Amino acid sequence: MTKVLLAGAQRFEPTIGPALAALGVAGRVALVTAGWQEREAEDEELAAHLGGDTVNLRLHERADQVFAADAGLRAAHRKRQRVLRHKQDFYRIRLEHELEANHVIRQRTAPAEILAEEERTSTLAIRILDDFHLGQCARIHREFDEAHRPLERPHVARHREEIAAALEGTVALAIAGGHVASLLNRLELFGIAELLRDQVVVAWSAGAMAIATRVILFHDAPPQGPGASEILDRGLGIVRGALPFPQPETRLRLGDPERVGVLARRFAPSLCLAMPARSTLAIEGQRVLATEGVSVLGEDGSVSPLAADTPLPSTERA
Amino acid sequence: MTERLAIEVLCDAKPDAAAVDAFLAAHQVPIVEGHRATFLWRGQADAVKLRHWIFGLESAQPLARLEGTDLFYLVVEIPPRSRVEYKLEVRRGEHVEWIEDPLNPHRARDPFGANSVLATAGYQLPEWAREDPLARRGLLEPFSFHSRTLGGPRSGHVYMPARWRKTRRYPLLVVHDGSDYLRYAGMRAVLDNLIHRLEIPSLIAVFVDSPDRLHEYADHEAHARFLCEELVPDLERRLPIVSEPRARCLMGASFGAVASLSTAVRYPGFWGRLLLQSGSFAFTDIGSRNHRGPVFDRVVAFMNAYREEPTAVSERVFVSCGVYESLIYENRSLIPILDATGMQVRLVEARDGHNWENWRDRLREGLSWLFPGPLMMIYE
Repeated sequence: MTKVLLAGAQRFEPTIGPALAALGVAGRVALVTAGWQEREAEDEELAAHLGGDTVNLRLHERADQVFAADAGLRAAHRKRQRVLRHKQDFYRIRLEHELEANHVIRQRTAPAEILAEEERTSTLAIRILDDFHLGQCARIHREFDEAHRPLERPHVARHREEIAAALEGTVALAIAGGHVASLLNRLELFGIAELLRDQVVVAWSAGAMAIATRVILFHDAPPQGPGASEILDRGLGIVRGALPFPQPETRLRLGDPERVGVLARRFAPSLCLAMPARSTLAIEGQRVLATEGVSVLGEDGSVSPLAADTPLPSTERA
Repeated sequence: MTERLAIEVLCDAKPDAAAVDAFLAAHQVPIVEGHRATFLWRGQADAVKLRHWIFGLESAQPLARLEGTDLFYLVVEIPPRSRVEYKLEVRRGEHVEWIEDPLNPHRARDPFGANSVLATAGYQLPEWAREDPLARRGLLEPFSFHSRTLGGPRSGHVYMPARWRKTRRYPLLVVHDGSDYLRYAGMRAVLDNLIHRLEIPSLIAVFVDSPDRLHEYADHEAHARFLCEELVPDLERRLPIVSEPRARCLMGASFGAVASLSTAVRYPGFWGRLLLQSGSFAFTDIGSRNHRGPVFDRVVAFMNAYREEPTAVSERVFVSCGVYESLIYENRSLIPILDATGMQVRLVEARDGHNWENWRDRLREGLSWLFPGPLMMIYE
């Protein structure tokens, strides 16, 4: 069972080094900084924080090499991404209406039991829409995998062998944040989850989002638009039962019970976890080993500290 | 029942000098109470007037002397979320001077000096307009360009986003009255912050200046040619810029907005984004005489012609204007005309005037709409 350490943003106050040490993890760490895109190689500070014994898997650079060498895969991948973007746009159109409907329902005056029922129905409609979108994403990925078999293509296979070799002897895989879609693409292109043996996975920000079962894009107060959280795609599913929301300090209005409650009910039974800078959460399977500074978003709109003895739900929507 | 104002209570108390001292020590001036603001001035004068730039109110309003004291006061109704720039006119005999309010420390600077600033309840200096120590700073470097079209050098500044790379390509923002935007609207910090917050993408901004803006910005053919046929091609040769209309924005305020729109009209499709702030879009419905004076003649001719046959010249146009400007009517009336051409148009109004801080305060809304940033995709 993979041991996982989730953490808040690391840019200004890195904490994963001590957190790994507290878990008794010592040794070489493999790095994934593909979310930094063309700055992938600028990992000096991170490597130093982790004690210097690191190896960067260079997934972004490897993906560029694969696409440069395999024109067929590049074209198919671009086509798939274009389809996914279109699907995302149409999903967003419907989602914003459903979320607006939920908001309007909550503002109406009616007997409490009627309001509660209508609100439940509205939340269900949002959940159905989320599931439908996720199902479409899964179908697009499945069709792509069946048609193009990326892991079996020579250039990908060669890089996978190199990555597997680089992972040999590492005790942990550290997945940094950055551009979440780009990161997720690279992690999936090389089938990283299947290459793990007994490494501890430590992930923060976009990295933490990418290893959950579903990747949720969110910001409660963007400069444009209503700030509707939306599902981007399925994640790697290394963490189940918990959905990390990094940078809540600037991205979530935790003082707004309506927004908090809608988010929590929408993704229940998975726990929506606000993970500010300096927060950490160590888990093994569904068991919480240690937690610091993590908050749970309640279905009633409350925000409360995640207790160390809280088991993560083992059943969740796919 | 309306709460009694602090100045009314003071008046009733028939204060002596010490009581006035205590009153001033106890209040921020101007005193904002609900929708009303009390302006104060203390000293020896024959008359004191409030001079402000709120279109719709008398531009000069006399302050009354509080009997038996050297304190002058005026109560003005001003809505919440307003920002008002003003001066005080003090007359002693034949001598009249306009001064900044000595009792109010808040100032806004502009090319003509400085004004005192009153902000009513609900107005706050935007957080993203302050220097943010966490935001990586872009590079700002002066540039000079010899324009054959304009027959001389043009100068300004080029802003390169923090951590820019030659291997990436960036949107281009060209800013009229560039030095003023940098000096009075704090635009370097604004760009740093909005990029840092991922609300706009990393972009390259070019701040251009004109030695004769009232002439060159008033629908000037050579100015448009300079921008589109000399400056931008030169920038695209030297800098990593996305060479597409959707990644190219032209902006300006007042006459700079006229220059932006008129350049886009002369080069339709070249600028995919326009940001027009408090545009001096004067026009006439009949005849060509306008009440704003001869400096507007070419603007009126341009606007009348464009209003007669409006065409889509860009993809997205963001317009902002203060409701305390006389130009609010011209700007509002332009919106349906732009809209009908099929361009995406957005108008944002604010309770502010024709000034640089109004233009600064609208930059986030405008730039993030014209160039949405990767906020939803990047979690560092």
